[in-house]
Amino acid sequence: MTKIATRDAYGRTLAELAATDEKLVVLDADLSKSTKTCDFAKVCPERFVNMGIAEQNMITTAAGLATVGKHVFCSSFAIFAAGRAYEQIRNAVAYPGLPVTIAATHAGITVGEDGATHQAIEDIALMRAIPGMTVIAPADALEAEQAVRLLAEYDKPAYLRLGRLAVESVMPEDYQFTIGKGHVLQDGTDAVIFACGLMVQEAMAAARLLADEGVSAAVVNIATIKPLDEELVIKMAKQCGAVVTAEEHNIIGGLGSAVAEVLAENCPVPMQRVGVADRFGQSGKPAELMVEYGLTPEVIAAKVKAAIARK
Amino acid sequence: MNISALENTAKEMRREIIKMITAAASGHPGGSLSATDILTVLYFDKMNIRPEDPTWEGRDYFVLSKGHAAPALYAALALRGFFPKEELAGLRKIGSRLQGHPVSTKCPGVDVSTGSLGQGVSVACGIAKGLKIDGKDNRVYTLLGDGECQEGQVWEALMFAAHYKLNNLTVIIDHNHLQIDGNVDDVMATSPLDQKLDAFGFNVLQINGHNLESIATAIDRAKECTHKPTAIIANTIKGRGVSFMENQAGWHGSAPKPEEAEQALQELA
Repeated sequence: MTKIATRDAYGRTLAELAATDEKLVVLDADLSKSTKTCDFAKVCPERFVNMGIAEQNMITTAAGLATVGKHVFCSSFAIFAAGRAYEQIRNAVAYPGLPVTIAATHAGITVGEDGATHQAIEDIALMRAIPGMTVIAPADALEAEQAVRLLAEYDKPAYLRLGRLAVESVMPEDYQFTIGKGHVLQDGTDAVIFACGLMVQEAMAAARLLADEGVSAAVVNIATIKPLDEELVIKMAKQCGAVVTAEEHNIIGGLGSAVAEVLAENCPVPMQRVGVADRFGQSGKPAELMVEYGLTPEVIAAKVKAAIARK
Repeated sequence: MNISALENTAKEMRREIIKMITAAASGHPGGSLSATDILTVLYFDKMNIRPEDPTWEGRDYFVLSKGHAAPALYAALALRGFFPKEELAGLRKIGSRLQGHPVSTKCPGVDVSTGSLGQGVSVACGIAKGLKIDGKDNRVYTLLGDGECQEGQVWEALMFAAHYKLNNLTVIIDHNHLQIDGNVDDVMATSPLDQKLDAFGFNVLQINGHNLESIATAIDRAKECTHKPTAIIANTIKGRGVSFMENQAGWHGSAPKPEEAEQALQELA
């Protein structure tokens, strides 16, 4: 199976939209070859603006462009977009409710060799805490492409979390992404795994391991972390009675926290979280880091069994 | 332009600033009074705006980067007819459209929400770049403080403006020499602003920021500059017009007591 990074789908889709979407303007902070906004720049240089290495100015300039009717995508690595420019996103973009998408690539530890300074594991938490912010972490190239197309027409601020690493296609060919809706990839009865981003492929692998042991695990892709598909989360938790979340993010503040908040108030069931265990990343090959930080099918499967044992 | 009419307007704005901050019992009089004459010229002479249609596409844009001078902006907008003057009494009160710092989604005539220092020039750059992409000739103005120039993002934005030759952008610096903790050059020197702005690729003009004719002339000269953005360094007096507030850092963010307000209004009569 061909693997494609969500950032590649992002750049390709922007380039496809360039011809038909005249309101589209794309900004980048000297990382266009990595974030793949270079694909857009090639076909539409007049609406691509390189900001230089100045992320705070990039986000705030995007607010100005949106003020005169542009739909703006701005890109950098997640740590510099959501991290360095957090307050600009909060005050200049989200507070006035401007239609700006912060499309942040290189999220999570699978940035790899660059190490902890470049590995954002807090960005979902930061973005999720901003009032009215939409937060989306697509699982594969198909979903990323559809998210980009929807966000190009979206009239609100949004954070799109993209990865560096090529990932498997996990969504069905006829899939149609809807902002705010999760998708049941596999139904089950003993436990449900809610995952986002590249952890969806790991969750699917975990479900296969569990099936071999006679455990029926449902897998749900929660691409939109905010607004969370609360109805689906509650329904699946009630159906299965045990919950595991899986994300390439700190276990504090991300998908696991969002799911726990909903379940604690509506349907408390045994729950385990898979994610980076509140520590910084490090240099290494992405695959090595996934093992080191416990983001593997084996760890997910073990957590599923632990949750089931607490029923 | 009718200078004496503009002078009367500036005086009326100053009275409204004192009244609304006193009624709110909080707010920033010093930097509002130093910026009043600049806003008078922009809103009552130079800017192409339609108070009856605040979001008219042909309008010139204004970004109050020093958002704490909101009372001066609100006074200008109310007197220009964007909303009723009576509403000024609601400044900083719960449920009011006149928030402590201006909000585009609430207040008619406010193009951009500001308050966090150092960001207004960036937003103005985005507006100016967007207008350029569309081939439009609306002008964009932004007003920032001299202390605000300590924010690094200001210089990112200035670099951007010059790089993309945003000659539709005019950056006005309210150079009142004071910030909360004291003299700007004691707290963290931003001078020499003229040399820095020149080095950053701006057409730099220095004026007396309380002389209405000088302000108007500078704004006209900015329009004539075809290849660079313009920066107007407006030398001003913090607290201008109220004797006991002038040049006092303490009046940056303190509201006058009723008896102080009475004296101020007498001076501004």
